[in-house]
Formats: sequence, C-alpha cells, structure tokens
Amino acid sequence: MIKLNINGRQREVDVEPEMPLLWVLRDVLDMKGTKFGCGIAQCGACTVHINGEPVRSCSFPVSAAEGQRVTTIEGISRNSNHPVQVAWVEHQVPQCGYCQSGQIMAAVALLRKKPNPTDADIDSAMTNICRCGTYARIRKAIHAAARTNRGAAKAAKA
Amino acid sequence: MKNASFKQSRRDFLANSVAATGGLAIGMHIPSAVAQKTGVLEGAEVNIWVVVNPDESVVIRYARSEMGQGSMTSAPQLVAEELDVDWRKVRIEYADTNRHVRLKRAWGDMATVGSRTIRTSQDYLRKGGAAARMMLVSAAAQQWGVPPGECTAAGGVITHAASRRRTTYGKVAAAAAKLDPPKDIALKDPKDWKIAGKSLRRIDIPASVNGAQRYGVDTQLPGMVYAAITKSPVFGGKVKSFDDSRVKTRRGIIKVMTVEGDAVAVVADNWWRAKEALKDVQVDWDTGANGGVSSTSLLEFFKAGLAAPEAALLPNRKGDAEKAIAGASKVLEAEYFTPFLAHAPMEPLGATVHIQQGGRVDVWASTQSGEAMLAGVANVLGVPTDNVYFHKTQAGGGFGRRSFPDFARQAALIARSMPVGTPVKLLWSREEDMQQDNYRPLAMYRLKAGIDASGHVVAWTTRIASGSLAAQLLNLPLKNGVDGPATEGFAEFPYEVPNQRHEYIQRRTHVPIGFWRTVGWSQSPFAREGFIDELARAAGRDPYELRREMLKDEKRPLGVLDAAAKAAGWGRPLPKGVFRGIATTEPYGSFTAAVVELSVDGKGGVKLHRVVQAIDCGYAVNPDNIVAQIEGSSVWALTAAMWGEITVKDGRIEQGNFDTYRLLRMREMPKVEVVIAPTGGFWGGVGEPGQAPFIPAMTNAILAATGKPVRSLPLKNQGFTLV
Repeated sequence: MIKLNINGRQREVDVEPEMPLLWVLRDVLDMKGTKFGCGIAQCGACTVHINGEPVRSCSFPVSAAEGQRVTTIEGISRNSNHPVQVAWVEHQVPQCGYCQSGQIMAAVALLRKKPNPTDADIDSAMTNICRCGTYARIRKAIHAAARTNRGAAKAAKA
Repeated sequence: MKNASFKQSRRDFLANSVAATGGLAIGMHIPSAVAQKTGVLEGAEVNIWVVVNPDESVVIRYARSEMGQGSMTSAPQLVAEELDVDWRKVRIEYADTNRHVRLKRAWGDMATVGSRTIRTSQDYLRKGGAAARMMLVSAAAQQWGVPPGECTAAGGVITHAASRRRTTYGKVAAAAAKLDPPKDIALKDPKDWKIAGKSLRRIDIPASVNGAQRYGVDTQLPGMVYAAITKSPVFGGKVKSFDDSRVKTRRGIIKVMTVEGDAVAVVADNWWRAKEALKDVQVDWDTGANGGVSSTSLLEFFKAGLAAPEAALLPNRKGDAEKAIAGASKVLEAEYFTPFLAHAPMEPLGATVHIQQGGRVDVWASTQSGEAMLAGVANVLGVPTDNVYFHKTQAGGGFGRRSFPDFARQAALIARSMPVGTPVKLLWSREEDMQQDNYRPLAMYRLKAGIDASGHVVAWTTRIASGSLAAQLLNLPLKNGVDGPATEGFAEFPYEVPNQRHEYIQRRTHVPIGFWRTVGWSQSPFAREGFIDELARAAGRDPYELRREMLKDEKRPLGVLDAAAKAAGWGRPLPKGVFRGIATTEPYGSFTAAVVELSVDGKGGVKLHRVVQAIDCGYAVNPDNIVAQIEGSSVWALTAAMWGEITVKDGRIEQGNFDTYRLLRMREMPKVEVVIAPTGGFWGGVGEPGQAPFIPAMTNAILAATGKPVRSLPLKNQGFTLV
C-alpha cells in the first residue's frame, strides 16, 4: 500500500510503485481534474504540486509522492475563489479548457514564488502547451491575480 | 411541428430525461453548466429549443458541440434574444442525439465544422426563440381573454398594459407547450439586440477553472475496463499476428485482441497498465505496398501533378491567360509548398462504450458530430441507431479531427468482445493520435502571372496539386474533377484580373487526409497572397495599394483590408529593421485581413513586433469570443508557419509527440490586436477565418525584410527561427 496526502486527505492505494501519479489520480482515485495530454512531461496538462512545487504527474512515479503533500486543481480552493481562478474567469481565459487545470497549477506556483511576476518571469515559468492559443489571456490573468494578491496584502497590513 | 409529432417528441423527451438522470445515478459526472437536466423533468418543453421551469429558470438546448469555439454560449444567445428572457436564468444543455435522430434531425445540423454553428443555424435558432416567446404570450393572452397583440414580453415577464396584468413564463409554460407553434415569425432587427451582440461570459468557463469540466476521456463507470490501442503504423496495413506471451500474466491485464483487422488492443483494469503492456506485445504487421512511401516520393508525385498536361479547370476562367502572359512586359512564376499537418487536440482521442443486456448501447466521447458518432457505433455493431445513446461532453479541442467516429468504432468492438454489461474506455496515446490522424492535405501550387508596362496584373494562372477531401475522405464524386476544399481561395478568386485560369489536379495518397482547422484556407492564402506580394515587388508597387486596385469592386474584402491597414497604420514609418506584411482572405462567409510587423536578424531569427487582425463577420454575436477565436487562430497559424510538418518515412509518420511536433508556447506568443468590423447584412464564420490571412501576412513581411520570397513551409526548414 502506498500512502498519499492529496489535498490534505490521507489516501492509500494498492498500485505498482512506478505507476505515474497521474494515473493513480485519474483511474484509481477518480480525480479527473488533472489531465493527460502527452505522457512525456512536454505539455503540462497533468501539472500538480508536490509540496507546492509544480510537477508533471504523467512522469512522476507515485512512490515518489509518498510522504509529500500533493495538491491538485481540486485542492487549490473550496469555491473556485483562488485569485488565479477568479482572474481566469474574469479574463475569460479558457477555450476548450482541457489544458487549463495544468495552466492554473503552474500559475499558482509561479505567484507563490514571485508575487509580482514580470512578463519574462511568466515566459519562463509558464511552459504548458495550449493548443487553442489562450496565452495572451493567461498572461493578463496572471498579472490580474498578482494585483489581487497585492491588494489583499495591503488590506491585511492596514 | 404538428400536434401528433409534438406528443411523440414530448414522450421521447421525458424518456430521455429519465435516461439522463439514470446516467447520473451510475456515476457519470455531468458538467455543472448542463447539470440542470434534473430540473427539466418538472419543466414544460415549449418547443425543442426552450424548456421553461416553474421556478422561472429556462433551459436552452444547444445542438452542436463545444470544443472551445464558444458557440455553446453564442448560439443560445440568439435563442434567448428572441425569447426575451433574463439571461441570468438561462441554463444550457446539449440536445439529445438519440432523440434528434429519431425525430428526423429535429435540431438541424449537429456537425460542428466549417465555422458553421452561427452562420448556418442563426435563422432557426432565432425563430425557435421567437416562436417560444409567441406561444408563451399567446398562453397568457388566452388566460386573460385578450388579443396576444396587446401583450408584451420582456425578461420572462408578460404584461397586458391595458388591464395592468402581469404573469411570468414559468406560470404559463405548461399551457404554452400545448399550443400550435406560430406560422409567421418576425425576428428582431439586430440593432435592437440586448443579449445577442454582447460579450456575455461563456457558460462553460467556470467548470474549466476548478477541474469540474468533464471531457469524453473523463468518463468513469462502475466496472469499467480500459483499453490502449495501436493501429498499423503504415496506413492500410493489417495485423498478421501478435505475441502477447510477455504480458498475459501481468497485473490487471484482461485481454489482448485484434480490432478491425488493423489494430491491436490491450484491455486492463487501469489504462496505464494497458498502455505499458501494449509496448511489450510483439505485432507482426502486413504493411502492404505502402511501406515504401516517403516524403521524397510524395514530393515527386505532387510535382508531377504540377507538370501534368491535363488538369481540371475551375469555372471562374476569364479571357485568355496564356496569350496575355505571352504579351506581358513582366512574367513571374513560382511554386509554393504546404506540408501535411496533424490536429493534435490537447485531449487525446477516446471513447467509452457500454453495451447492456437487451441491446441498449451508451457512448461517451468528445466529438464534433454527435450524429456521426451515433451512426458510426450503430453501424459497426450492426444495431439500429434507436438503440444507441450518445452522451456529448465538452471536447478538449477538435480542429476537425473529431468529426469522424473511427475511435468510437474501435471502442465499440472492444466492448462487444467483453462480457455483456462491461463498460470499456478506449484512450489513445498521444503517439497514436499523432500517427493515426487524418492530416491536413499536402498541397503544391504553381502560379504564373503577367504584368503590363504600367504595373497592372493582366494575367494569372494557378495549378493546385492536392488531396481531395471530397473524394478520398468522404467518397463523394468530384464535380468536373474539382475538389472544393483544396481550391478554396482560388475558386472564389476576388482579384480583378482580366485573364485568369485556375486548375486542380487530385493527388491521392495512402496518408489519410482530413479537415484541419481552416482547411484549404489554411494553406492556399500562403500561395495566393504571397504571390500578390511577389507581383507587387516586381511591379514596384505597394502591396496594399496593389490589392486595393485589384479588389476595386469587392466591397467587403476591400473594407476589411482597409480596416486592418488603418489599424496597423500602414504606410507610417517603422523603427529601423522592422517590416510589414499584409494579406486578405474571404473564408467561411467572413472576410479577414492581417498585418504583421517583424524584424529578421542576421541568423534568420524572426521577431514578431505586432499582429493586427481584422474580421468582418457580418454580425458579431459575442464580440469577446470573436477576439478570443482570432487570438487563438493566430497562435494556430504561427505554430504551423514556424514548425508544422508531418513527414513520412517507410510509409509511416515520423512525428510522435510534442517533442517532435512542436507547438507554440507562452514565450513565443506575439501581441495580437483584433479589429472587429462587422458590416451587417450577412452571417460569417468566426472559429477559423482568423487563421487564413496570418501566414501570408507574416511571410510577406519576411519578403519585405529579406527581399526573398518564402515559398515553402514550415519556416524552420527555410533557416528561420522564432525569437
């Protein structure tokens, strides 16, 4: 049995240690928000966080996730109210939406590390593929979410 | 609809609603945006487009697919506009495919292709909304004993001003549903629109930001098994035999089987186990005669098509092009090449099929054509279409690939081989998706033109050598030997040239071909608009001014060209080293033009400084969605321009995943400005037209920068990189 901490919940799964985390999430635990796009860590549709760091779960063996904190798209907020999610809706980012779980996970991780990202920061952190071509809106939404965070930080200080 | 058929349809409707809730009970997640089906049971179906619930919420049916193009929002906007309902109370659900087929296609065309959703259904969508409103008003008027003409409707409320009486849609819907539909339906003038024409937020987006959106590949049913598949890597090949001795006893492996004679599938209790096992199944393929085909041999075959003495003549011939070229003061000739391309939607292909005792078949998949899926599965299983229930989901991109049910047929055959009642989910790997696509046809163009002494283009000839989607994919006869999609851009040649002749010659390949976003318009403008710039250069003319002269009576192409040029500031000085290119096109009922500003460094590094895109789509139903589609089309086009190519070696495709089929990423995204310039009076497409002018505008800017025309794609093969 492999013990996992996913979105704060303890889960136990009886699978091969080399099974990628993606397929444990999708097929064993029926958590479908994390997507399969390429299987070779190229597209980022399967991005989740391990201890807050973005990881491509299609190429990450489940055994390596044991004892770590795994966060998926289902775990970043309770009511879609994470500033990144709010900005994504505000700027009408998704088209087909399939890559957006991964894009959002990448953006959340970026903003945690760099609360005021420059365009160059966004370029280097956001390497996920979107075939619909929503990049311009992703960029705008990341800047908007950063502004929201700054506003919240200011309000907390005051 | 007459009463008899209406009763029939209502019964079917209830039956299907029960079926739908049954689907929920067995574990299928339905996206929140369409999860209101449970409420529908109490509601009144005023007509097939509109269901009004007692709580005043309204369900509007959507008959096409949603794959990111946004028409699941914009099409219902047209219904809601005429219905005069409060948009906040509207829920949208997919029209049921099974009922649609039994009602002889009551919802019109379900195929989501050709940028057609708005332009070919706007009339019946608006009339559907208006008819429902008229029936609701009539029902209220009958209850009050007043003429319907004295009543007004707004925001779901019906008012009889003279007697100061008011009621709501929810209160009269049951009575309205029993009325005959009206015969004469007047539609609003678009200038009075309050819901249509507005940038309303897309209804599917909230579910796309929290992981709740369910795509075909997300289907999960109790007792479901998973299949991975590999089809003959050489198209047309067959399975001779396979050896599964290395995988049979592995954990979770249920069976290994041949599918349709040309593929091998592994069925397991988990998809990863199936996919891993498939790698270790040794398949002996009979590749047939196609194992020797390569990109080089294909190129020779297409070049021979350009040189062949005979070809099919397009009907728009004018004057005597050969004679005029002979007498011209300057003659230009050029050959253009565009490669095969793969669709590569982010959601890989797949389908889930559940065959039950008693013969009912349920299918879940992301599709562009619910009808094609239903028919394809019924056909391969040999069951009546009435028995097949297709469950439409959001599609993770489609771009033309999902119009055909090949993957659902495979899933159905695997499901039939399992004990009755076992649901099977087939999922293709990315490599399978890349290597078993139906590809954008390879095409070559030979263009020749003559310019007179004063710099006017007096003659033009075109020879197109390309696959025929009509003949090769759809098995349709060609009219006078001419394929429609392959000749897009030349069949409707908008330029005023007194002597012109355009020809087409079919090149049938063993490589399967398909409709790829923007189809012929994704490739022919590269040749047509590129050659215009070559002519302008030869004649010493400004390429924008030359186009204006040659489009003199073409009001709309000229209008959109001017809109793009004006927004870009054509003619204004640019920073040193920056050059402009322009192009104009007329795809799918719309008119689009683009201006690209770029610089090219000494090593062939292309830097895009600015992209301006303009569209005249007649009426703009959801402007922000149009902007999104044109932004996305620009990415699609830039990706194809820089890197897109599918090549063939030993009869098989050389690319396999995103490491060998490069797609554009964030750091390469240029700034795109979109000008929506709707002139009204017609309905044009939106999902594809933005791609058409982009590549030639870009390559024309490269011509301006380097002095050398670009005649072959992708640009990476011509020594260019994207900076």
